[in-house]
Amino acid sequence: MSEQILFKVTIDNITIEVPAGTTILQAARLVGGQVAPPAMCYYSKLQGSGGKCRTCLVEVSKGSEKDPRPMPKLVASCRTTVMDGMEVKNITSEKVVDARAGVVEFLLLNHPLDCPICDQAGECHLQDLSFEHGKADTRYEFQRRTFKKHDLGKNIQLHMTRCILCYRCVFTADQLTNKRVHGILDRGDHSEIATHIEKSLDNEFIGNVIDVCPVGALTDKTFRFKNRVWFLKPMDAHRDCPTCAGRVTLWNRGDEVYRVTARKDQWGEIEDTPDGKTGWICNTCRFDKKETTDWIIEGPREISRQSVIAQGHYSGNIGTTKPHETFEAVNGGRQPHLLMDIHDESEVNMPSVHLGQIHGPSHGDTFNNTNKA
Amino acid sequence: MGVKLLLDKANVPGIRTYDVYRREGGYSAVEKALKEMNPETIVEEVKKSGLRGRGGAGFPAGMKWSFIAKPEGVPRHLVCNADESEPGTFKDRYLMEFLPHLLLEGLIIASFALGSNDTYIYIRGEYAWIPDILEEAINEAKANGWLGKNILGTGFDCNIHVQRGAGAYICGEETALIESLEGRRGNPRIKPPFPAIQGLWMRPTVVNNVETLAAVVPIIHMGGDEYAKIGVGKSTGTKLISACGNINKPGVYEIDMTVSVEDFIYSDEYCGGIKGGKQLKACIPGGSSVPILPANLLLKTAKGETRYMNYESLSDGGFATGSMMGSGGFIVLDEDQCIVKNTLTLARFYRHESCGQCSPCREGTGWMEKILMKIEQGKGEMSDIDLLWDIQRKIEGNTICPLGDAASWPVAAAIRHFRDEFEWHVKNPELSQTSNFGLQHYADPIHIPA
Repeated sequence: MSEQILFKVTIDNITIEVPAGTTILQAARLVGGQVAPPAMCYYSKLQGSGGKCRTCLVEVSKGSEKDPRPMPKLVASCRTTVMDGMEVKNITSEKVVDARAGVVEFLLLNHPLDCPICDQAGECHLQDLSFEHGKADTRYEFQRRTFKKHDLGKNIQLHMTRCILCYRCVFTADQLTNKRVHGILDRGDHSEIATHIEKSLDNEFIGNVIDVCPVGALTDKTFRFKNRVWFLKPMDAHRDCPTCAGRVTLWNRGDEVYRVTARKDQWGEIEDTPDGKTGWICNTCRFDKKETTDWIIEGPREISRQSVIAQGHYSGNIGTTKPHETFEAVNGGRQPHLLMDIHDESEVNMPSVHLGQIHGPSHGDTFNNTNKA
Repeated sequence: MGVKLLLDKANVPGIRTYDVYRREGGYSAVEKALKEMNPETIVEEVKKSGLRGRGGAGFPAGMKWSFIAKPEGVPRHLVCNADESEPGTFKDRYLMEFLPHLLLEGLIIASFALGSNDTYIYIRGEYAWIPDILEEAINEAKANGWLGKNILGTGFDCNIHVQRGAGAYICGEETALIESLEGRRGNPRIKPPFPAIQGLWMRPTVVNNVETLAAVVPIIHMGGDEYAKIGVGKSTGTKLISACGNINKPGVYEIDMTVSVEDFIYSDEYCGGIKGGKQLKACIPGGSSVPILPANLLLKTAKGETRYMNYESLSDGGFATGSMMGSGGFIVLDEDQCIVKNTLTLARFYRHESCGQCSPCREGTGWMEKILMKIEQGKGEMSDIDLLWDIQRKIEGNTICPLGDAASWPVAAAIRHFRDEFEWHVKNPELSQTSNFGLQHYADPIHIPA
């Protein structure tokens, strides 16, 4: 076998070497931290995914060593492969930051603000995205679009209003099941995920669409409204399953198993099993095995994604030692985001002050000035 | 009279039938190409002719042909893009309806040059009657040995298949067209790979507009160099312009690209002036997605030079003071037309036709339409105009396919050149419902559903 060709690529002034054929996004993920562009539709385990949400747009300021011309438009980093000597700007490019804020705004235009009653809250990629890259306010003043409800069967709940049309579930059904029964119907802003003439999704592996869904459009009916994810304790567990690898995360409260999901890595994608295959799990594991006795528990699961679940309890040996890593080290170089210290300010509920107007920690002057004006 | 290469025989009675077309010298270009030339020399002639794609982007056709990958043992395809859905453009319809054999002739030559044994015509769903005309022409050509196996004893096989679309504007985008032709949802693919490498059924494919393929016939007849002498600069040959709007003589005109815009609108040979002796207000010179130009910038460029009907002159000044040749859909607006209403109509079209695949276009087009509707209804605010500008800026260039650009350019140009009219709408909510900004003539109030 010939030696693997390595390409040198510089992303936000950090140079790394990656094998030829790597996409910019994957190279940036190797660097990690804030250098990695966000991705709502791209899913490395699904062939053909990506390119649709446009959140991962980056600026290529130098095409390659051979052809140093910059690319005229921002490119989708998830579908653009690196060239030798390429220079990419992600968060160091104002154009990118501006375009990304635009995309976040577009994604949120018709997305309902029902996080308080959404099961995905706490592990929602759109929440993370809007927190990190969006604006506090919206300029949209029209009615949000709604859809007729579709029933997808006994296990999977579809909330079409929350869908951002990433097509991940379509690719999942294409690549995991032998016959896809759901897809995108209609066109434009009225496209929707649906089955043509009410069918239920009942393939043995279709439950994985819940895990790939970046928002709360596809949720687990057996877990629906039972608990908030941040109150649950994630545990790695496995069982001897005849159809799948059986490596899962159990979400417990006390001894009760509330839900079962596949194991996800820091990008929210399903982890590989030790033999190098993607750890998709079957419906039996996901929906039917809800007893602790069904499983062999390996230990607590570390949730490494930037998420409310990870904020409190799970890092290292739980309950035995006090965490000694800094926030930055735990979060892969990511600085903590501070919107405002709500405890500093008791007047925060004053209706005359718009929360979106407050930049950073506020103090009495902020409010006094606003009141005068 | 300018030179006519495509429409010179259009008025011969019965030219739609094979017998008349053949009697008028038809199919002699196929004879010449297949017998005296080889694929390489045909591509070379087309390159020399400087023929630019007539579908809108204006990419040199010969260059596109030479990009096609030629892996061993993999079939290649030629696809004719007859999904002419750009509002204001109807030149391909005219060609296919009246000169179907001219298109077939171009298709056979191009198929031979590209090595395509199965060639497809993807035709717009709304052109319900034209596939029958084409099918009939194909059958006639087949019966006379111009299609099928071993054409003219050269050993070259070619079949042409007609496929109807289902009425989606997005399927005019070449990769969406290919997806649709394969029987899937017409979503544009992410490029690269380009169709010339992986197109129809992952095989190398060239997608060309109807007019581009028809123009191959005169190029073979007269040779690439001669063809390049017609026209001016990089705008070689002739171009079909479909003129419509407030003019005396709407229709399809063939021009040799040395005509000035003023001549084109006012001379009796072409549009014959503005209808009812009114004044020219604005014009969309290349189909609905190109920037609209006010009369003063349309007839003369920002430098004060005369503007001509060709690729370079129409785009002189960039988007700040120019426009584009586009697909040749020439839409003329007189003094009674309301720019806000016109922009709303276009925005509504793009909202309806967005495929919904990528977020800026899916969400942004609907948002722009809603804001324009608000302004048109007299409920707009000054900040809405800036908001529109910001939205179009965030769509443009950030989408998978050019539909996002096509949706944002008309809005951008309308605000750029007619901002005062938008402001007048906001300031005079009641007056704007009954009268128009131009010369305060009464305009039809738009029907607003409750």
